[in-house]
Amino acid sequence: MKKIGVLALQGAFLEHERAVSAAGAEAFEIRNSAGLRREMDGLILPGGESTVMGKLLRELGLFEPLRTQILEGLPVFGTCAGLILLAQEITGERPYLGTMGITAVRNAYGRQLGSFECAAEFAECGEIPMRFIRAPYIAQVERRVTVLAEVEGRIVAAREGRQLVTAFHPELCENTAVHRYFLEMCGR
Amino acid sequence: MENRWELNKNLAQMLKGGVIMDVTTPEQAKIAEAAGACAVMALERIPADIRAAGGVSRMSDPKMIRGIQEAVSIPVMAKCRIGHFAEAQILQAIEIDYIDESEVLSPADDRYHIDKTKFAVPFVCGARDLGEALRRIGEGAAMIRTKGEPGTGDVVQAVRHMRMMRSEIDRIASMREDELFEAAKELRVAYELVAEVHREKKLPVVNFAAGGIATPADAALMMQLGAEGVFVGSGIFKSGNPEKRAAAIVKAVTNYEDAVQLAELSTDLGEAMVGINEQEISLLMAERGR
Repeated sequence: MKKIGVLALQGAFLEHERAVSAAGAEAFEIRNSAGLRREMDGLILPGGESTVMGKLLRELGLFEPLRTQILEGLPVFGTCAGLILLAQEITGERPYLGTMGITAVRNAYGRQLGSFECAAEFAECGEIPMRFIRAPYIAQVERRVTVLAEVEGRIVAAREGRQLVTAFHPELCENTAVHRYFLEMCGR
Repeated sequence: MENRWELNKNLAQMLKGGVIMDVTTPEQAKIAEAAGACAVMALERIPADIRAAGGVSRMSDPKMIRGIQEAVSIPVMAKCRIGHFAEAQILQAIEIDYIDESEVLSPADDRYHIDKTKFAVPFVCGARDLGEALRRIGEGAAMIRTKGEPGTGDVVQAVRHMRMMRSEIDRIASMREDELFEAAKELRVAYELVAEVHREKKLPVVNFAAGGIATPADAALMMQLGAEGVFVGSGIFKSGNPEKRAAAIVKAVTNYEDAVQLAELSTDLGEAMVGINEQEISLLMAERGR
């Protein structure tokens, strides 16, 4: 069974652990550098507040090792705040890990009143439910990045090599298509 | 509104494992954000000062709240008085991310809470036990926090409320299904909510600890007792070194079971807020709003 590490510093990591189990893999939490050294087939950066996770990554000594592992090919899936952590550019802010060739716009749909749910095509999985919570979107992608989903003309999911990002939260819906897609990327 | 309710519960899920800090100025809000707060609560006076000043305590000036909204990128919450739906309408109009219908302010209605199902923005409410929590959820609250005793720096009541909720949830979870109807009557809540607690063995919404949390150890204690995150009010900006204490409490909530790390985090924080014991206070805010 594939083992997926879920960054558990802050945010909706439990929901991802459940989704990983539902998609047929095993999840464990990463809270410190010891957790990061465990053997894993893939890593999930969950939703939450990117400012909190970015700060804790640095102060708990996870930042550089995590960045190195991603650059060396560890499959990684970032949702919402996780997308922001991976973006090489963030409009108006300094980037965090910056491993993926996308430009993210934070809180792009405004405050909580702008949060919404819809259904849209994702990759080759057909239409899936998408829930956006104070979500970002992707304003631009480098040529090496594949766009996997768009909502109202804005990019909300993308892939570059073994890095996958969604602006929405598949872990909040019953549909496990996106997690299964990620597990496919985690092939040994 | 079914969809808003889900989206609003979801925002609370994103706050889990985080610390929500009381702030009274844009400068404090920036300090809180830089220290790792996952959200801030904008209010004119922190509970310790409300307690000291006495008198009627109301919703903050929207101008002050807007100033804080502009200062930070994390969610901004604000308080309205219990039952004061007009204050809540005003907070919704300025697009607040979460409204705290709070016993810290003077109640505006001694009988009815706000019908929170009529609002698009989410509400968090205080509770001392499962009945209060489920009544607030029935009224539309998308997040619950313990009441604790705000502005005291004394964690005893938050502990009492969290333990009470946990033990009542365990009791419901262990019941036969035919006993749930009577339990709903006792708790004065809808049967469906009790059935959900029975099925899921947890509250239907996220549950934070609040009221009297002043140290990293307090935060770790509440997390180990089952809180999904913490609110820190007076504990930070009434202490000797707010930046350092705030950052330490944030890390304590993430690594709440790592005693070695907690020892490190508790070291050399400067003076904690002085605090008042529950026997020394004449006004029990937790008694407001059942």
